[in-house]
Amino acid sequence: MSRADLAAQARTGAPIFAALGDETRLRLVTKLASGEPWSIVRLTEGEVMSRQAITKHLSVLADAGLVRGVRRGRERLWALEPSPLEAARRYLELVSERWDGALARLAAIVEVDDE
Amino acid sequence: MTTTKMETTTDRIEKQRVLRAAPARVWRALSDRREFGSWFGVELRDDFVPGATVLGTMTYQGKQLAFTFLIERMEPERALSFRWHPFAIDQAVDYASEPTTLVELVLAPAPEGTLLTVTESGFDQIPVVRRAKAFEMNSHGWAEQMNNIARHVEG
Repeated sequence: MSRADLAAQARTGAPIFAALGDETRLRLVTKLASGEPWSIVRLTEGEVMSRQAITKHLSVLADAGLVRGVRRGRERLWALEPSPLEAARRYLELVSERWDGALARLAAIVEVDDE
Repeated sequence: MTTTKMETTTDRIEKQRVLRAAPARVWRALSDRREFGSWFGVELRDDFVPGATVLGTMTYQGKQLAFTFLIERMEPERALSFRWHPFAIDQAVDYASEPTTLVELVLAPAPEGTLLTVTESGFDQIPVVRRAKAFEMNSHGWAEQMNNIARHVEG
């Protein structure tokens, strides 16, 4: 890794650690680590803070690229941002599965003639 | 961009499958839009011709989604290639400005029939956010579809 790469990594890494250096935000990330997106109502449950305060904490996490707001219908949900590499890996798995399915159907079509 | 750039594992998928059918039969399943549509899971409006833009619709979770296939190479019984926007399932997004992936289907005679090699490449150019979203939107849909296919071919 070049010095420029390391510098870039440190720049992108620093806000992540700063964002996680807070008990409330760490708790929010832990909740979202279950994988599914959560609503603000659900994220605020069990917290002493107001929804507005929790939303502010979520904004800090979003700015660091750790979470993102997603829209499901009329509802705004919060989800953990998967790491870019993890996202890439899972995406290829998905495309790979699609091809497995397509090739199985292709085989079923062309092989039936011979039988 | 350099020509010596190595392709990373996140950029391409390669699949091989031996089909118990002659290359001529497999070619028909690849080049005929109706046959292609039935195994690829898409309804195509136009015939495959090199250089053609072929429009099609896929049914995904009960919704009709528009797809575009850009046909590149057609060498009878040897190779078919096209470009498309993989998982362009978010109808709110205009994918036209985004990079496409290249799908290459290569046929070779094999003792049992035909060896089909499928490669899809160019994924590294697809924005990470889109890749993550595609996964999110598809994980349930595809798991379901895999079960359907298994039932279909085994039943």
